[in-house]
Amino acid sequence: MDRKIRVLAAKPGLDGHDRGIKVVCTGLKDAGMEVIYTGLRQTPEAIVNAALQEDVDVIALSTLSGAHNHHLPRVAQLLKEKQCEHILLVAGGIVPDHDRVALKKQGVSEIFGPGATLKSIAAFIKENLPAT
Amino acid sequence: MEKQKIVEQYQQWLDGNEPLPARTTDWGDVIKSLYTPLDLENVDYLNHLGFPGEPPLVRGVYPSMYLGRPWTVRQYSGYDSPADTNARFRYLLGQGQTGLSVAFDLPTQIGYDSDHPMSVGEVGKVGVPVDTLEDMEVIFEGLPLEKLSTSMTINAPSAVLLAMYVCIGMKQGLSPKVLRGTIQNDVLKEYTVRGTFIFPPQPSLRLVTDIFAYCAENVPRFNTINVAGYHLREAGCSAVQEIAFSFSNAVAYIEAGLNAGLDIDQFAPRISWIFNTNNKIFEEVAKYRAARRIWAELLKDRFQAKDPRSWKLRFHTQTSGASLTAQQPLNNVVRVAYQTLAAVLAGAQSIAACSYDEALSLPTEESVRTSLRTQQILREETGVVDTIDPLGGSYFLEALTKQIYDRIKELMSQIDEIGGAVAAIENGFVQKEIEKRAYEIQLEIESGKRVLVGVNKYTIEEEDQVPMPETNPRAEREQVERLRSLKAKRSQDRVAQVLNDVRRTAMGKDNLMPVIIEAVSAYASLGEICGVLREVFGEYQQVKTI
Repeated sequence: MDRKIRVLAAKPGLDGHDRGIKVVCTGLKDAGMEVIYTGLRQTPEAIVNAALQEDVDVIALSTLSGAHNHHLPRVAQLLKEKQCEHILLVAGGIVPDHDRVALKKQGVSEIFGPGATLKSIAAFIKENLPAT
Repeated sequence: MEKQKIVEQYQQWLDGNEPLPARTTDWGDVIKSLYTPLDLENVDYLNHLGFPGEPPLVRGVYPSMYLGRPWTVRQYSGYDSPADTNARFRYLLGQGQTGLSVAFDLPTQIGYDSDHPMSVGEVGKVGVPVDTLEDMEVIFEGLPLEKLSTSMTINAPSAVLLAMYVCIGMKQGLSPKVLRGTIQNDVLKEYTVRGTFIFPPQPSLRLVTDIFAYCAENVPRFNTINVAGYHLREAGCSAVQEIAFSFSNAVAYIEAGLNAGLDIDQFAPRISWIFNTNNKIFEEVAKYRAARRIWAELLKDRFQAKDPRSWKLRFHTQTSGASLTAQQPLNNVVRVAYQTLAAVLAGAQSIAACSYDEALSLPTEESVRTSLRTQQILREETGVVDTIDPLGGSYFLEALTKQIYDRIKELMSQIDEIGGAVAAIENGFVQKEIEKRAYEIQLEIESGKRVLVGVNKYTIEEEDQVPMPETNPRAEREQVERLRSLKAKRSQDRVAQVLNDVRRTAMGKDNLMPVIIEAVSAYASLGEICGVLREVFGEYQQVKTI
């Protein structure tokens, strides 16, 4: 039996608007994945530790308050340090176009902005997990 | 006899024409293709509509409404430094804004100084950083508080910001008794939809009631709370839930005030509101009219308030940010215009119209000016302010008003049965209801059932390039340096002493406002004061619902 794709969802930093991430969690569950949502005010360290503990395939972060250039690279860096680059790192929320190129170079695989569909997020994850 | 004729001819009209598709309201009730006098049958003018300024208050909270005084034009605003924020405030006031509304950054809203580890990357991003009274002094430099009213969107640290505002007033030679403004101070909604909570419910309610009591005596022209429906709606709930959940939160605050020994009329007149004005024009107008009626009944009947000001639902509204799109941003000018129209038709006391680049960043000067103009054009050119409650008597509107009135009351009863707002939050009921609806809305958008122009219909290839405001990449560092240099020049002994007073008072039962005012005057920082309160009160742990 195929192991379900495991996703850790979280909000790094101080922003407390969680409508989007909660909708994504439900959408990914409906798409057949296991989703662990660790909530608000997560530090990059806590996110990566939880991801390791939960043995996830994907980390999905929501960032709306403009702190993306701080938090996302930090998570990517920690994944590198812990030799967990097999974990797919995706983000969503408000990330201006001009910041996306740099973030992708730093290890964020995709950024889903306003208007992205649940279908496209689930599809991206399924298509971009490393072959086991 | 005439009624019978209408009944017959209506039936003939229905039978003689193609059946029309049924639409539904935002909260799920059917909307008929046509409303007639038959829909006003059970509407008793004197008891269900009445006259502005008098119960049932449906048609407006004041006898003159906009003919006496227009709504306050109050755009939400805050930038990455106190100085830039002061500049933006002066710009807005110069362009016709009539009240201030301060947006603070997240560290400030969560009681962290700009140099706290949790603040890294967040300083000055969604609003202005305020670490000490000195920052507030810069924000209000040259702005005479006796000529302004200032709304501050601050919740858990409300007491600290209010204390700072009082101190600024005193430095301008003003008694706190003349200060006009509002603090949001609505922690219950923070627990469910906004996330800038600090302390658990009981100590949070104590802070709220301390503010009620202190202001009743000392700052009587300040709205001590701005109970919020706005953010609940942004999180995905319906118009019915927006009112029912926020009213239930208000009931919790009222009960806390009464339990703290206050008389209802000591603090209820200073309860104010912030609601969300969304797309469906008639539904929103009906929502506000029903809300005014329910609030008046709640205060008169359930809480036995005698002061007529206690019965009046005075509200600020912001147009819905969540309804705007990143795609084809100029479309948002249109959305905001329609939503602002609804707010005016509904009799709002104060309005913030979102800027069209809302989905992308903080507003530029040009985009916020467009928001101001939206309000001004409505007020000066469209004639909708020429009479009070102009839609009153519309068959559709009155039917909707009655319907949403019933639905709101049903849901409020349900929450009462659960044990009230705090219980409904602790057991996750409120959150799950909102999450469910947010998910349904997303599925409707993805299936195309709910049209979002520019997103799932009428899309284009090229996107408009919308200019973004300049941000200062050194803003955080500069703010931290300002804080460090202030800390170096203030009296450390005095700060230690005032913080001890805050600690001692927090552990006891006395009102916290006086010691917090002393603390901010000594330039104790927001983070230091909230840090002491965190030690004494503990921190809230969010309820897990997903």
